[in-house]
Amino acid sequence: MGALVYTLLLAAFVVFGGPAHPVAEETVVVLPGEHGKIGGVVVHRGSQEIVLDKAYASSYLGLDGVLQRKQASAEEVQELFGKTVAALPAPPASYVLYFVMGSDTLTAESDSRLQEVLAEIRKRPVPDVLLIGHTDTVGGTKANDLLSRQRAERVRDILVDAGIKVNRIVVTGRGERDLLVPTGDDVEEARNRGVEINVR
Amino acid sequence: MRGAIALTGLALAVAAFSAAAEDAGQIKTAQGTVQIERDGQRIAAVPGTHVLQSDSIITGEDGTVGVTLADNSRLSIGPNTVMSLDKYAFDTTTYKGQMDASLKKGTIVVISGKLVKQTPGSMRIHTPASIMGVRGTKFIVHVAEPSS
Repeated sequence: MGALVYTLLLAAFVVFGGPAHPVAEETVVVLPGEHGKIGGVVVHRGSQEIVLDKAYASSYLGLDGVLQRKQASAEEVQELFGKTVAALPAPPASYVLYFVMGSDTLTAESDSRLQEVLAEIRKRPVPDVLLIGHTDTVGGTKANDLLSRQRAERVRDILVDAGIKVNRIVVTGRGERDLLVPTGDDVEEARNRGVEINVR
Repeated sequence: MRGAIALTGLALAVAAFSAAAEDAGQIKTAQGTVQIERDGQRIAAVPGTHVLQSDSIITGEDGTVGVTLADNSRLSIGPNTVMSLDKYAFDTTTYKGQMDASLKKGTIVVISGKLVKQTPGSMRIHTPASIMGVRGTKFIVHVAEPSS
């Protein structure tokens, strides 16, 4: 008897207790990843769940409220959503320029990469440039905080001299707190004497 | 009288909170009619306009807009779309945080960034009838015009 009541209650919940019916159709499509990797999207509707983790895997929710798995194609996506896809901002670019030990002078090799960085910044209508200075572990924490910031500021000055607006650039120094290559203390490491440049 | 003072105090507190709203990202591309609704006001959105938590982005029939968020997530919004950025928090040191956006109608394309890479599922897109949890990918969400 109790079991029957329970079953009836459960049936009532399934019929009446689920999410309200949709007033509009909903579609989700997973696109091929930019680096070939797809972690996926999980579409939830009440107790229904669909995992989309392959290129062009799709879900469709109709006015009947049933979530269905579908497969889309590149052509369909282009036709229906091409305009929206085309409005995506350019992907962020990152570089590391290296410095001569204990100084804020760029190494000759990094100096020659500057044009590449400038070209990437100039491609963008409203660029954001984040400069993060680093040092190796030779010297004290305080001195390295200062040096890392000086290195980032040096890169900023070079970019500004080349015509990049100073208000588009943010400068920080991480000292030896955030090593590009992990080492012990008091270790000379050329690859840690860098300024990361993130361009968005 | 006391009530009026309390109300003024509340209004000031709300204003201060709004001013401190999280700077979530920036508009990088915009075509056609694109507006941001913030604190009940509508402003035109152009490349370089900052997007804050709680902003709604609204496009016209000819409008598209592309946004880069602080965690390098990227987002584009198609024509005839209403999307609100309900919550955006990103810690630039730990890469932890949370993003919740609601697509009321129209089309968005999302490429997840550092937030989701650090914590899969930390980005959620809400539609009128479902919720997408993002584990890391590029995807489209479309909500059709409500049928009458």
